[in-house]
Amino acid sequence: MTKIGYFPGCSLNGTAKEYDLSLQAIARFAEVELIELADWNCCGATAAHSLNSTLAVALPARNLAIAESMGFDEILVPCAACYSRLAQARHEIKSDEKYRTKIPQLIEMDIKGTANPITVLDFINKYVLGKLNDNLSNKLNAKFACYYGCLLTRPEHLSTIERREDPLVMEQIVQLAGGVPIDWAFKVECCGAGLSVVRTDIVGKLCAKILDDANSRGADAIVVACPMCHSNLDMRRNEINKNLSDANNIPVIYITQLLGLALGVEPNKLGFDKHFVSTEKFLHKLQKQTMEV
Amino acid sequence: METKSKIEPLAQPLKEKILNEINEQVMKCYQCGKCAAGCPLSGEMDYTPNQILRLLQIGDTSCDDEVLRSYGIWLCLTCDTCHSRCPQEVDFPHIMDFLRSESIKRRKVHPKAKEIIAFHRSFLESIEKTGRLHEVGLIASYKLKTFNLLQDVDLAPKMFAKGKLEIFPHRIKGKEAITRIFEKAIKEAKND
Repeated sequence: MTKIGYFPGCSLNGTAKEYDLSLQAIARFAEVELIELADWNCCGATAAHSLNSTLAVALPARNLAIAESMGFDEILVPCAACYSRLAQARHEIKSDEKYRTKIPQLIEMDIKGTANPITVLDFINKYVLGKLNDNLSNKLNAKFACYYGCLLTRPEHLSTIERREDPLVMEQIVQLAGGVPIDWAFKVECCGAGLSVVRTDIVGKLCAKILDDANSRGADAIVVACPMCHSNLDMRRNEINKNLSDANNIPVIYITQLLGLALGVEPNKLGFDKHFVSTEKFLHKLQKQTMEV
Repeated sequence: METKSKIEPLAQPLKEKILNEINEQVMKCYQCGKCAAGCPLSGEMDYTPNQILRLLQIGDTSCDDEVLRSYGIWLCLTCDTCHSRCPQEVDFPHIMDFLRSESIKRRKVHPKAKEIIAFHRSFLESIEKTGRLHEVGLIASYKLKTFNLLQDVDLAPKMFAKGKLEIFPHRIKGKEAITRIFEKAIKEAKND
């Protein structure tokens, strides 16, 4: 069994439990053991890089150093925001002499930058897709709007995704899982991210545009790969709907939940009961279609 | 007797500091406006990204002051759309991070930005104390800092019911190491 380092980040222990559940489910299927980094700490997120540039590198660097000491050369970082901070810290340490000497003193650990953070999309492409075809037990005959947001595609030096303005990697995954990806205009727009609490009104406006476009193009669900995008699009729906003439009820699901469904895992084991926007109608539609097939 | 003044000498324009300290060249911008066109928050900002760059290019004290006192630098989401579309490859989010810390250092923070900073501070305090983010603690601390006591009261019960909120924080074993990282990083920022 392949073993790789796993950095769940604070969200997957809290607001994004369904992401963790469904990721673990597809990792088991792919026979990859996700080993949680021992005693990991928060990456510092927007707060650290907005207020203190040293902290913004040191906090994620401690996690990179822990992964190195555990012998991992790969760390799965499912949160796109954590991924961005860990990958940026590694980039700074590898490219900037100042950080190479300063960071080990700050974190009181050796660090070489040998442990490489990977996104959930990298993980799926590398470990899951090859095994998918023979194991598809569920038809996902529904339309999906794949939403990337910011940090999976930008900045360029940290992203593994091609075609930054119109990426297709998630669409390919959805297609291989049996779903129908739709073409739409808001896949790389920002959801408002870190302003969720302080300027919820702004998040409401930005997310309304995203959801409205997905809706007008007939999507049955929005597929995401970031817990920040998910919590804004799902938990902030009341605020979002204030900006729309008709209430938008499209569920927002993680790409890992979609793959879990495709593999025939029970929805409850993928955390579908934990969403704020009900997923029942969507799941019912899939079930009906499966029966008809 | 020579005393070390804490006040920034006015002579050095921000654009030079930006070049020396974070190696970004504001002079590369030729005002095509792609950053402002792509920025999801241009409409909310007092100065759009290209306008901030223009003020920095002029480089006199009053223009630099306008930038450090602007609200827009605090709204920037670091979505990186501006940077990824810039034909001159100006890393504007990197410049924004610099401007934010400079605005705090020189005590020029826009009054409306105090809530955003309070949120960032509450967030960092949560990490400093426990090593990880504790959402209940973060929101409680933010409410106390800003008196926004009713903030998100409608979300909390549903989050609890769905098992998405932990009442008590998880404290990592290495939390002393985290505290020391904070001490050293804050000390360094003060000495800059």
